[in-house]
Amino acid sequence: MTTLAYPSTLAGQENPSPMQHDLLDLLESEAILVIREVVAELERPVILFSGGKDSVVMLHLATKALWPARLTVPVLHVDTGHNFPEVLAFRDATVERLGITLHVASVQDYLDDGRLRERTDGTRNPLQTLPLLDAIAANRFDGVFGGGRRDEDKARAKERIVSLRDAFGQWDPKNQRPELWRTVNTRHRPGEHVRVFPLSNWTELDIWRYIERERIELPSLYYAHKREVFERDGMLLAPGPWSTPRDDEQVRAETVRYRTVGDMSCTGAVRSQACTVGEVITEVAASTLTERGATRADDRISEAAMEDRKKEGYF
Amino acid sequence: MSTTPTAIEPATPTPTLLRLATAGSVDDGKSTLVGRLLHDTRSVLADQLQAIEDASRRRGWTGAVADLALLTDGLRAEREQGITIDVAYRYFATATRSFVLADCPGHVQYTRNTVTGASTADVVLVLIDARHGVVEQTRRHLAVVSLLRVPHVVVAVNKIDLVENAADVYDGIVLDIEDLRRTLDLDDVIVVPVSALHGDNVVEPGPRTAWYAGPTLLEVLESLPLEEEDGPARFPVQLVIRPQHGAVDPSLTDYRGYAGHVASGTVRVGDEVVVASSGVRTRVVAIDRGPDPVESASAPLSVTLRLADDVDISRGDVIAAASTPPTLTSSTDAVLCWLNERPLAPGARVLVSHGTRTVRALVTEIHERLDIATLSVEPAQSATLNDLVRVTLTLAEPLPLEPYSQSRHAGSLLVIDPHDGWTLAAGMVAAALPGSDGAGAPPLGEEGWL
Repeated sequence: MTTLAYPSTLAGQENPSPMQHDLLDLLESEAILVIREVVAELERPVILFSGGKDSVVMLHLATKALWPARLTVPVLHVDTGHNFPEVLAFRDATVERLGITLHVASVQDYLDDGRLRERTDGTRNPLQTLPLLDAIAANRFDGVFGGGRRDEDKARAKERIVSLRDAFGQWDPKNQRPELWRTVNTRHRPGEHVRVFPLSNWTELDIWRYIERERIELPSLYYAHKREVFERDGMLLAPGPWSTPRDDEQVRAETVRYRTVGDMSCTGAVRSQACTVGEVITEVAASTLTERGATRADDRISEAAMEDRKKEGYF
Repeated sequence: MSTTPTAIEPATPTPTLLRLATAGSVDDGKSTLVGRLLHDTRSVLADQLQAIEDASRRRGWTGAVADLALLTDGLRAEREQGITIDVAYRYFATATRSFVLADCPGHVQYTRNTVTGASTADVVLVLIDARHGVVEQTRRHLAVVSLLRVPHVVVAVNKIDLVENAADVYDGIVLDIEDLRRTLDLDDVIVVPVSALHGDNVVEPGPRTAWYAGPTLLEVLESLPLEEEDGPARFPVQLVIRPQHGAVDPSLTDYRGYAGHVASGTVRVGDEVVVASSGVRTRVVAIDRGPDPVESASAPLSVTLRLADDVDISRGDVIAAASTPPTLTSSTDAVLCWLNERPLAPGARVLVSHGTRTVRALVTEIHERLDIATLSVEPAQSATLNDLVRVTLTLAEPLPLEPYSQSRHAGSLLVIDPHDGWTLAAGMVAAALPGSDGAGAPPLGEEGWL
């Protein structure tokens, strides 16, 4: 048994503890630093904005980063055509309130003219990649802000905060730039662009705590409400033109909320009584399922579903 | 000093953030340890656990719990080859702390990955296989940790269940680490014996290490004091915010503020400050965090400063404490961690990024390289991937560089390829190679492993 001395760093708190920053302050500061670097360095940045909670938080951070100047960065929504109407209304109201430009890349347009074909499983999430890459190329966007978080998925856990995409929009996870200290490197060659994930280090719980602290408004379906749903693969889906219940799937009214907001055909609701931010935080903290595990059919396809989509240029 | 900790004080009740980076060699069980840390802190949710249980069974795993290494190996190729390719980030929390864990793989681009993880880390967790003890990779990792001046080092002696006379093995490793610690001029190093596979001493004490009376790994991580980023105030300006007609409120059209983050120290309203590039002095009249004014801001918070006078400040300038201004320099020695396959030769034309400023630069001279195997410094004329070299940089425009020993942020720089923007090297201003005379390390004793 060693007899080496007691380590001084653990020797108690004789000295008052140094001022420690609150977790949300640190996460906010890191995100704002990244947003400001990209806005300063790149010529044509754009913010991906779906009306989902992560992109709402990102937009809030962007307005805070540049306050009191108005946000001049446009937003881009890749519209699968299967959106929740209340989320689209929220999207439009937000854009109007901030006075920013909204670009919409429509999956439906691509399906209508044959550039894309509907998948047999009906989900449109993987179909978003092509319209996204086309919109980036057409508008010559060189910095694309996404609300992706590393805690969402194993492939996202490997993502850099500023992540290079080649001329084909592809991500090469085996050859990523080192990110060092707090110095942000957004350089890239013509035709390439960078994806920027200011919320990389946030967890779902951090997002909700920040929404509470900053009093950020969200689409109503993030809170408990009555909705007609049916159960499939352990998920509660809302019936609609894109998710029709089969004969053995019974539709009934339940009190639910959405933990994520995506394509209606593959985004499930969870049973919940959480009507306020505080109640949602309590619920999320106690949840035994991840948000994607609980609510996203498309990520159950394989262990590498997200990785495969990301390599092709998905968010 | 490196030691077995014997007791732990209660951690501070303020929930805050600890950035943790792991470093280990191939097959020392790092992914399993990280998986165990996540699993035993209940950070793995039911669907994630189900997924790795299924995957473990498909791969013929027969252990009692799932193969916890699968929790961190996120890429298809990693799972296929059973290796970790790139840094992965994981998140877990206890009642007192949230942890951001950068899981850095220990092969091929080992230095690149470790430098990436360690540059922002509050603590680096170095793994050692109890059966092998201190190996070359351990020296390499600790040399990088020393060079990057990571505040804390914790060594986990893993697979302690696989050695006989575990207590003696552990004591031997503690002594070897102590030698390394002296050579590399590290502060405290804490050594904890663990079995990641069984979970002993990771979160809970374990029956296989009854001889060990110290805290578990998690208890150590929860109680490490967080270093303040003190030193004189430095504020690299990112943007000048002058909304004019584009203000969110018509009353703010005359607003003029300097957006950035406090890189070191604390800025307070009323402070005398100096613009590093021009030497012009003024005073801080307000600090804004978005629409909320605050009295002070310390590193690493992002804020906007308003100043008493309309001075000439643009992106790339540094606003600094007037009492201790930085000096501008056009030439500096620096230690570079070379992170790219493209080799470095003297005369290379590069870009140097410091804070929010990027200037053209010339690598005028390459002096010496650290031989990681022997931790001795040898003359060098070039650098290749994973090399640690000391060079002289000549800058096209002067920068307010400060010694890395004074500030991890004001003293760090990136070397960038001007052609494609790739980050070629991590640079530490006026640093010495670990183990060399300039590091302040005592001369190597006869008992050293040289």
